[in-house]
Amino acid sequence: MPKRGIIASLLTAAGLVLLLSFKTPSDTVPTDTTALTRPAATRPDATSAPDTTSAPRPTATPTPAPQAADTTVTGPVIPTRYGDVQLQVTLSDGKITDVTAIQLPNDRARSAYISSAAAPMLRQEALQAQSAQIDLVSGATYTSEAYAESLQAILDQNHG
Amino acid sequence: MAEPMPLGPRPHRMVRVEHIMGTAISVDVRDRSFATSAVDAMFAYLRDVDDRFSPYRSNSEVNRLGRGELALADSSRDLRQVLALCEQLRTSTAGNFDARAHRSDGMLDPTGVVKGWAVEQAAWMLDDAGARNFAINAGGDVVTRGQPEPGRRWRIGIRHPMLADRVATILELGAGAVATSGHYERGIHIQQPRTGRPATDLLSLSVIGPSLTYADAYATAAFAMGSDGPAWVARQPGYGAIAMTPDQQVVWTPIAWERRAV
Repeated sequence: MPKRGIIASLLTAAGLVLLLSFKTPSDTVPTDTTALTRPAATRPDATSAPDTTSAPRPTATPTPAPQAADTTVTGPVIPTRYGDVQLQVTLSDGKITDVTAIQLPNDRARSAYISSAAAPMLRQEALQAQSAQIDLVSGATYTSEAYAESLQAILDQNHG
Repeated sequence: MAEPMPLGPRPHRMVRVEHIMGTAISVDVRDRSFATSAVDAMFAYLRDVDDRFSPYRSNSEVNRLGRGELALADSSRDLRQVLALCEQLRTSTAGNFDARAHRSDGMLDPTGVVKGWAVEQAAWMLDDAGARNFAINAGGDVVTRGQPEPGRRWRIGIRHPMLADRVATILELGAGAVATSGHYERGIHIQQPRTGRPATDLLSLSVIGPSLTYADAYATAAFAMGSDGPAWVARQPGYGAIAMTPDQQVVWTPIAWERRAV
């Protein structure tokens, strides 16, 4: 599990509380945004002696070749106060390999939304419940019928 | 304080699931000897609350009160307590939690607060019966006590807002509560009581804190507030929020961040 780091902390407009956003390093998913460029080992003020041990790795590989096992899930159109949002998730062998915004509000509206410094992160954070060793799942209320197919049902059955 | 306990290959668990209040309520007791009769009594209590508070049963206590067939003074202590709570929350959430406004016909519907409140009462029943290490999950609203096994805290996954079989992040809790509101919620989407618009600025918002009653109500209210919700939760003493935004950010307030699983 890659170590998570706080990449941005921001104050609300009222300046009352500190909200934290974080991301995991983009170790598996080439990201599409320059905001994610990591500054490590590329500081312009570093000493002149080249330090090969901390040399930057070759730049991230370009878009991965699509695989036969890929499946995509398209989410609902979500109206927000800044415009419609629709996301598409790509899964490969059960792992999330990409999340693409099919529709997003325009840039100005998005930066007003919250923090322009925060990075996309739901794509990195989707965890398989089996490997995450969780005891319970919190989520928006499921119906009695939906419970049968919920993660909580698996956790409830997996005992004794 | 912690008693040495034998560490078996698997933790001892007594798991019971019953379908009440339109959802599934799971109870997971980890104490080695705990009477199942106490769990039976707890489920009986929840079924009784469901009968009395349901807006879908014409003869429920809440509907008889709503039709004027029952005077407030003659209603049960539980109902008066829930109504007082609804009024308190309406004020403290600046109208974002309103037991009347969430229904299109304007009728009283305290179901937004009843589940969290009732499950908290249920947890207290298990406390009183001597349970020390247990968790209840009422359709995604979670209460925990003690430890799932010696030496570690409860690990609670927060459902990924787009993928029902994934968790987006994990919290660790001893005694406490977590409640989540999301755009994938059952039934009609939550509306902003003040504007009537759908509350859809966020994909989901989870609240963590000491009381499920308040965590549940705060999650509903803060989700309706949208992008202003997390900062509002952070101003409620003892409570924290995790919000998932449509542009794939996860926003944490400090209290939630302190409890994230590393």
